[in-house]
Amino acid sequence: MKLLRWTTAACLLGAAGLAHAAGQPDPNLARNLAATCANCHGTNGHAVPGSGSEALAGTDKDKLLQKLRDFRSGAKPATIMHQISKGYTEAQLELVAAYFAAQK
Amino acid sequence: MHNRRDFLKTAALAGGALAAPLLGGCAMGARPRGHVVVVGGGYGGATAAKYLRMWSERGVDVTLVERNPQFISCPISNLVIGGDKTMADITMGYAGLRDTWGVKVLQDSVTAIDAAGRTVKLASGGELRYDRLVLSPGIEFMFEQVPGLETEAARATLLHAWKAGVQTVALRKQLEDMPDGGVYALAIPKAPYRCPPGPYERACLVANYLKRSKPKSKVLVLDANDEITSKKALFTKAFEKYAGLLEYRPGSELREVDAAGRTAILEFDKVKADVLNVVPPQRAGDIAARSGLKLINGRWVDIDWQTFESVNTPGVHVLGDAIFPAPTMPKSGHMANQHAKVAAAAILNLLAGEAPNPAPVVMNTCYSFVDSKNVIHVTSVHQYDAEKKTVLPVPGSGGVSAAANELEGKYALAWARNIWADMLV
Repeated sequence: MKLLRWTTAACLLGAAGLAHAAGQPDPNLARNLAATCANCHGTNGHAVPGSGSEALAGTDKDKLLQKLRDFRSGAKPATIMHQISKGYTEAQLELVAAYFAAQK
Repeated sequence: MHNRRDFLKTAALAGGALAAPLLGGCAMGARPRGHVVVVGGGYGGATAAKYLRMWSERGVDVTLVERNPQFISCPISNLVIGGDKTMADITMGYAGLRDTWGVKVLQDSVTAIDAAGRTVKLASGGELRYDRLVLSPGIEFMFEQVPGLETEAARATLLHAWKAGVQTVALRKQLEDMPDGGVYALAIPKAPYRCPPGPYERACLVANYLKRSKPKSKVLVLDANDEITSKKALFTKAFEKYAGLLEYRPGSELREVDAAGRTAILEFDKVKADVLNVVPPQRAGDIAARSGLKLINGRWVDIDWQTFESVNTPGVHVLGDAIFPAPTMPKSGHMANQHAKVAAAAILNLLAGEAPNPAPVVMNTCYSFVDSKNVIHVTSVHQYDAEKKTVLPVPGSGGVSAAANELEGKYALAWARNIWADMLV
């Protein structure tokens, strides 16, 4: 079952994979980018319950993206996220928000 | 940059296991298969082991070789030295990696690498075959650069406590045994060393302890660097709060130490202490430094920033404090965890016959306690630069705290719980 899923994904991604080799984005880009957030927000956005960090898994994509944009613009005050969010492009923040929104 | 020809060549070199999927109609995105050996179960290695299993949906076999039975965290260990936390607070097991993720955990160490034959030798006598090898050995101390530290007896007196564990406990004991009115001196090596803000945090937390319990005592910070190497303005402010108790002396490189007399010998001065805490200069851990991998300055491993693969030893990826860092990149546990994820993603790509992610991103956050509750941070985001073939800090991003504050004290402990879970649970 799992193998079938991988094979199907592999076939579907065939074109993307070839494009990737030619310098196009990696199909795992969103996953890889979101993994940079896990140190504080938990693996795949599942923060340790009661740790005091915000869990991002399952958050609405638009809400999360708006929040990240507000951190970036300075509209939303923060201790650290205003500095971190400026390190990512708009396209990267979109990928990250979509990835966390899709986590159960 | 890897182009298609390069990675096909790499895949072909990697062995027969990869040849079959490459011939298939759906070769791109084929399921990664193989065996990865990870050496070192700290922030880099443990994270790599977990993410290789998680991202391959348990398709890739992972063996983690770690000499210690448990993980003990360097971050937060200064709070143990200051008496605010206990060893139990910073010690965790490898059961999560073993039972939840199916990582084969061996309490052993690797003594030699045969990169051509793709095998490693174990101290216990066995041998492991690998398709890809990950080295995350951390640092080794260059004791030879501090005359007077040659003997085990000297090193048992003048502790570093720069690898968390027995030395953390021993340094705490030395501080508890120190009389009120005693002198604690901390010698900091020239950068680069593991955890740039760590020594200044330690100075604060020891001062914080002495202020409470032995207020007639002194903290002397003997810094080989010409100024505070991390969060300078914030630590300068923190040191002012300990005025009268803590003295910071920049440009104070150790020439020699006298262990029996607990004395630091500087160029123009001698400092006698009751507790002399010497953090020696550092280099990559032995297995990375002595296996033929190309080093920079004879100390740190030179790697490819898309894959973390050694530039001269195919199939061997190196993470964490052992590598020559990219510009402004600190040697930190947080950064090692980030290295591990880039490397894990690239290794799975390579095992599946794909090109690695051409644009990796890593970020860092280091929280430092300036007393039991108040914390300051430094953070940075680094993106791959295709032209310079390294990762560079993003202009306008990153920064430090406005001032020490209690809210970040809570976030610092939240960071610890989450990163420990991210690597071990």
